[in-house]
Amino acid sequence: MTANEVTPDPLRSTASIGTSLLRRDGVEKVTGDATYAVEHPVTGPAGEPPLHAWLVTSTVARGRVAAVDATAALAHPGVVSVLDHTSAPRLADTSDAELAILQADAIAFRGQIVAVVLAETSESAREGAALVHVEQEAEPHASIFEEDSPTYAPEQVNGGSETDTLDGEPDEALARALVTVDATYTTPHEHNNPMEPHAATALWDGEQLTLHDSTQGPRPVRGTLAPMLGLEEEQVRVLAPYVGGGFGSKGLPHAPEMAVALAAMTVPGQPVRLAVTRQQMFALTGYRPPTRSHVRLGAHPDGRLEALRDDAVTQSSRVKEFAEQAAVPARVMYAAPHRATTHRVAELDVPVPSWMRAPGEMPGMYAQEVAVDELALHAGLDPVELRVRNEPDVDPDTGNPWGNRRLVECLRRGAERFGWADRPTEARATVDGEWWVGTGVAASTYPMLWMPGNVARIRSLDGGRYAVAIAATDIGTGARTVLTQIAADALGCPPEAIDLDMADSDLPFGSVAGGSSGTTSWGTAIVAAAQQFRADHGEHPDPGVETTAASGQYADMDGHALHSFGAVFCEARVHRYTGEVRVPRLLGVYSVGRVVNPRTARSQLLGGLVMGLSAALHEEGWRDPRTGHVVTQDLATYHVAAHADVQQLEAGWLDDVDELSTPMGSRGIGEIGIVGTAAAVANATYHATGVRVRDLPLTADRFLE
Amino acid sequence: MDAEISLTVDGVQRTVTVDTRTTLLDALRERLGVTNPKKGCDHGQCGSCTVLLDGRRHLTCLSLAVANDGAEVTTAGGLRGSGGGLHPVQQAFLDQDGYQCGYCTPGQVCSAVGVLDEIEQGHVSHVSDDLEADPELTDDEIRERMSGNLCRCGAYVGILGAVKQAAAAGSGSGSGGGAA
Repeated sequence: MTANEVTPDPLRSTASIGTSLLRRDGVEKVTGDATYAVEHPVTGPAGEPPLHAWLVTSTVARGRVAAVDATAALAHPGVVSVLDHTSAPRLADTSDAELAILQADAIAFRGQIVAVVLAETSESAREGAALVHVEQEAEPHASIFEEDSPTYAPEQVNGGSETDTLDGEPDEALARALVTVDATYTTPHEHNNPMEPHAATALWDGEQLTLHDSTQGPRPVRGTLAPMLGLEEEQVRVLAPYVGGGFGSKGLPHAPEMAVALAAMTVPGQPVRLAVTRQQMFALTGYRPPTRSHVRLGAHPDGRLEALRDDAVTQSSRVKEFAEQAAVPARVMYAAPHRATTHRVAELDVPVPSWMRAPGEMPGMYAQEVAVDELALHAGLDPVELRVRNEPDVDPDTGNPWGNRRLVECLRRGAERFGWADRPTEARATVDGEWWVGTGVAASTYPMLWMPGNVARIRSLDGGRYAVAIAATDIGTGARTVLTQIAADALGCPPEAIDLDMADSDLPFGSVAGGSSGTTSWGTAIVAAAQQFRADHGEHPDPGVETTAASGQYADMDGHALHSFGAVFCEARVHRYTGEVRVPRLLGVYSVGRVVNPRTARSQLLGGLVMGLSAALHEEGWRDPRTGHVVTQDLATYHVAAHADVQQLEAGWLDDVDELSTPMGSRGIGEIGIVGTAAAVANATYHATGVRVRDLPLTADRFLE
Repeated sequence: MDAEISLTVDGVQRTVTVDTRTTLLDALRERLGVTNPKKGCDHGQCGSCTVLLDGRRHLTCLSLAVANDGAEVTTAGGLRGSGGGLHPVQQAFLDQDGYQCGYCTPGQVCSAVGVLDEIEQGHVSHVSDDLEADPELTDDEIRERMSGNLCRCGAYVGILGAVKQAAAAGSGSGSGGGAA
């Protein structure tokens, strides 16, 4: 059934929007009653208990599987079967090489799935996996991203942006410039590490595949897996009522989802559970590839930029291309008549990189915002003032007028709240006991993204209640709560009168919870359906009537440049003798349109700041050049911010209504909090110590003489 | 090899057959269907599996089930009062929005109950200034003591607020999972 496309009008009522409604799923979460992907009590039609699947992965970085000997594994009590590339069901489509597992003998990276063990208990499955003997023929490989790694220009970069841009004559203008920066900035492998490892429970009944999945997009998973499995989309149902975080790593289906689907299809009527181990996640669930950004800035003595170059090199996988768009934010941030941005990619024998919170913006703005701090120093200007002087009148990329660019207000508001004016101009000027103390600032930005194709259904119930359905997901963002608020205002009823049904691929189409586009895209569809419902059925509908509507494009993306902006202020302390970095204060001030729910929005922004702080202080994945192995493959060696890393942390926002972006007046908020944060920390550590660190993370050794 | 053990889980006596390799966490989740404690790393590095074991907070992924025959386990699910009402720590996590995705949350909640009890009993920590005096529940004490429970959503500000709210409500020990 194709729903009529409706482009909504702006919301008339905002009675619920703007209030701090408690999360709708809070009681389930604080008690642990919320059921995640392998916690659903799924049984087969005759009560068959679930089998446990365990992944066997390659230990060479490139080569082929010569033989899989499962004799010892099958002899282990409880082991039911072992699938490998000779015995797994054949896929109808193998064009996506990341997902086309167990179809051929090729090994493309260390950690690739080469066999799957099914057993009656998880203990047997794990032991069985250890007993599978995989004979591998190793071939020479290149798995380390180096300065001289061969690169190529991808056709486009993640998000569909152009690979290269050129305006004017940047090289000539840089050569003429009186104040310059010419430096290279790097970010390491970063791993999303949501607290719930990737997991799924699959049941194949011979006709229908049901997947309880930990995913940011039930419909995209269905749409990707079904044709590969040779099934109609309607034969696959994906449910994700609770998802223990994703941060992009659950945005696209990855190999484990295919593994559990294939395994389930070998045991019709019997559910199969697969919980990826924390260690396996480092190879199988996506990660942020390392980036190297060569940034050149040329300015007049008054700090106004004349030329800007950002040449970003990043690492992809031979299995499937992923080109992190690290130079894209440089296209929109500052005015400079002469500009160039380029992306090049090194293709290595490594796992497939993917989305990690603010792909492109996070590493790209790290590079650029540290470079801008260096420019301010060279120009003898306050870093806030330098940014204000380079504010573009229109979007430098498209030439379109700005929808709602309020970066300068974020900078000014933040500076006042932070007490920025009190800082000494000179670096290495403040000592407190054994600590150097400094402050830093960086800007942040994230584009307004709207996903087409969303459909919502509104049905009237008894007693003035409404059922609202869309296959959206709440991965911890608060979507379940804010969509309820949006539906309430769109229908003109209290939020308590809304029964929201989501996170099920059988529901009308919902796009991925990614790109900070969820509330924007699903919310626009709900408003469209609600307004159409009123047009169809009036203010006092009989119970049981319904309207389904597809969302037209509300956002004026063609007429205006729609972006969010922010400013991050940081105080850092660096220990004079050990180099330890502490961050006693971190403040972000954002312009993100209207805030739908201040409680959940604050948490999103703070959570982004924490992840940016985590990247600044800790996060760094290491790959062994001999084996292609991620040696930091657990939470004891891949450090993420713990509670004691976070001290005074605040997020605020400007009073804002953006009617060009959504009928709610809002823009997305999931990612902007991470953008610029690591740069603010780096700039503060420079101000504290006089040591300029251009490579993340800012570990203690960087600050020791 | 299998073994039969008995556990009191959230106030209910349970008998369960486990593999001698089965962790306490897997015994709860996979044998008894008690999925309130979560598995985030299975290596004692994240804290998601924290319960109160005989009244003290404990990482269940690092314990073998057979080593805990006869133990009393209180999960976040068992912290509720007899009428099903939330424990003051749970209510504080709701009020202070000390969570997002909810996966680390049952462990955070159990850990917070344990922290408040440890403070009441006078246990000092790495950040306590005076190792002889009873520790005060400062922000730094809470941050330090809660650092074994990772939250990748980064809800630490709300978690801090929740522990403070619960402490102010005087809900440290004795409730739900109090010492056996």
